[in-house]
Amino acid sequence: MPRMTMIEAIRSAMDVTMGRDETVVVFGEDVGYFGGVFRCTQGLQQKYGKTRCFDTPISELGIVGAAIGMAAYGLKPCIEVQFADYVYPAYDQIVSEAARIRYRSNGQFTCPIVIRMPTGGGIFGGQTHSQSPEALFTHVSGLKVVVPSNPFDAKGLLISAIEDPDPVIFLEPKRLYNGPFDGHHDRPVTPWSKHQLGDVPEGHFSVPLGKAEIRREGTAVTILAYGTMVYVAEAAAEEAGVDAEVIDLRSLLPLDLDTIVASVKKTGRCVVVHEATLTSGFGAELAALVQEHCFYHLEAPIARVTGWDTPYPHAQEWDYFPGPRRVGEALLEVMEA
Amino acid sequence: MSEEHKLSLHVPEPEVRPGDTPNFSNVVIPKAGSVERPPVDVDPKDIRELAYSIIRVLNRQGEAVGPWAGTLSDEELREGLRHMMTLRAFDARMQMAQRQGKTSFYMQHMGEEAVSCAFRRALEPGDMNFPTYRQAGLLIAGGYPMVEMMNQIYSNEADPLKGRQLPIMYSSKEHGFFSISGNLGTQFIQAVGWAMASAIRNDTRLAAGWIGDGSTAESDFHAALVFASTYRAPVVLNIVNNQWAISTFQGIARGGSGTFAARGLGFGIPALRVDGNDYLAVHAVAKWAAERARRNLGPTLIEYVTYRVGAHSTSDDPSAYRPKTESDAWPLGDPVIRLKNHLIVKGTWSEERHKQAEAEILDTVISAQKEAETHGTLHAGGKPSTRDMFEGVYATMPPHLRRQRQKAGV
Repeated sequence: MPRMTMIEAIRSAMDVTMGRDETVVVFGEDVGYFGGVFRCTQGLQQKYGKTRCFDTPISELGIVGAAIGMAAYGLKPCIEVQFADYVYPAYDQIVSEAARIRYRSNGQFTCPIVIRMPTGGGIFGGQTHSQSPEALFTHVSGLKVVVPSNPFDAKGLLISAIEDPDPVIFLEPKRLYNGPFDGHHDRPVTPWSKHQLGDVPEGHFSVPLGKAEIRREGTAVTILAYGTMVYVAEAAAEEAGVDAEVIDLRSLLPLDLDTIVASVKKTGRCVVVHEATLTSGFGAELAALVQEHCFYHLEAPIARVTGWDTPYPHAQEWDYFPGPRRVGEALLEVMEA
Repeated sequence: MSEEHKLSLHVPEPEVRPGDTPNFSNVVIPKAGSVERPPVDVDPKDIRELAYSIIRVLNRQGEAVGPWAGTLSDEELREGLRHMMTLRAFDARMQMAQRQGKTSFYMQHMGEEAVSCAFRRALEPGDMNFPTYRQAGLLIAGGYPMVEMMNQIYSNEADPLKGRQLPIMYSSKEHGFFSISGNLGTQFIQAVGWAMASAIRNDTRLAAGWIGDGSTAESDFHAALVFASTYRAPVVLNIVNNQWAISTFQGIARGGSGTFAARGLGFGIPALRVDGNDYLAVHAVAKWAAERARRNLGPTLIEYVTYRVGAHSTSDDPSAYRPKTESDAWPLGDPVIRLKNHLIVKGTWSEERHKQAEAEILDTVISAQKEAETHGTLHAGGKPSTRDMFEGVYATMPPHLRRQRQKAGV
């Protein structure tokens, strides 16, 4: 099985689906000839032609709005917003249109689109190249929200997303594009070629939406994480010496509540970790669900380790990013309670 | 700093306000038949003046004149008149139904009937409209059952949209009528995307986008023009300039540009401006634009110059912001009366036949209404089920929604 980076895996997912289904089209800013600013669509235009993979004007609302129209026609657009930080001009199209078309038309029109966007920090991206806006989408009924953490999942989940009949927000942690990252910014980064999760089948396969994956089994505390935070959580558990169970949620909406509840009932403790800001972040939903479903099994208050409630800073990158030290402290605190 | 260089903000105002005498002296109306009809493969820069003029076919005497005349037979015109009269009667009954508490909301088309009714005739089966909430003529002229429209307005047990949508937010894929959204402008760029899809698939079908004068100020309008121009999408982009966006006169959205049509020129899109109350002119222009799109020559922008005679909606009182008699002074008249007069002049219609048609149409509308009401109205009779509220959010209901449905006891 070939080793792929997350970039190659994402590209492979589009390649495989475009090859199998000629209604799949790919477009966005710099996506066509150039192959994307992160190389995720490299070679697709050469292989499938300009009408299947093309460059667009710089208009996020235009990209998403046009994709919605194409989906109403019967195509399956897999489109790119260059950075999740730039999705806001398209927010009306996503929330008021893509998410609701099936519902409001009673299924006469549907919106099988995928909106790919690089997300997350840890790259000195500053305010507009680091945000994690997932909670703005999980709050919207009618959308699905996916965040892969490794090449295998990235390909399998993206194929599922493209084949899904509903609109999917596909957030790609750009910090993980070339290799896993556990928050130790002072250490050299290992590429995906040295990591088992870089093993990705060439052809068609899928990872189902709505299914979490336990990345590290443990008995003491459950860590709910996704994206880059999966590796931070794993590192924090090892370094703090806490036998934590790390769950990679993969899909935030729909959410694999069963896996979460089974784990917390086993461990009796729960720490939620995400890069996004704390207040009204997705962690609040996770904490509420755990409280609701595991109340009598909880032995400590649910802790949340997240980005601070500030815009994402530049110079203070590592004071902002919830790294293994902060997560480790929360684990110890929860264990003491 | 000297006194004369102090800046001041310009805020446009309509010519008149309540209590003033209506005044349309600034609306320049060219003579019917005076505007050229260019070939459909014209270079947009050669027809710049068409974005500043008004294409008209019917003259004061009710005759069809000039190069845009003759796209419809007498029989088609009589049918067109019937469509407009039906829409008007439908509006009147539904307006009344709202006042009687049978529904929560309604929006009339009074004065704008020609635009959607005549445009619909220029389309082929399989073409797709992306309408606003004021193009129900596309459904009436397209043969969509009136009872279904009423069922939707009443949110009753037979509502094709299961009570999920505000009244008049119709949807019919089969009739080339995309699901209406409350969010203004959004559908304009979607129409372009649909047209791009048709081109990507080497299809023969075209899309039509619709927007009002006020909503052209939304970003979606700009995005639609950029995308339509860049990809030469087979789309007809329709701006219905009825002079008013709720209480805001069109000068606020238009700003310093002479016309809304003129906005197309900067995008390299051929732009036409047409008398929106002239059924024949609307059809001729729509046909021209549709042919352009179908011959893969790209998009067309059309501004329909008309007047919103009725209130914005059943929740609006126009006497608070414009003279009560302003619609009577509108220089382009009434689309129904103008087509009626034309047919009488041609000897293919008469006052008697018109009266008879009015009575027949009213009967049809009333009997449709009676039928719809057997399925219930908003607060009485049959309703969509509570279960329907949970369906259709996704293709397959996810677990969290199943739990909520269970909690709701359905």
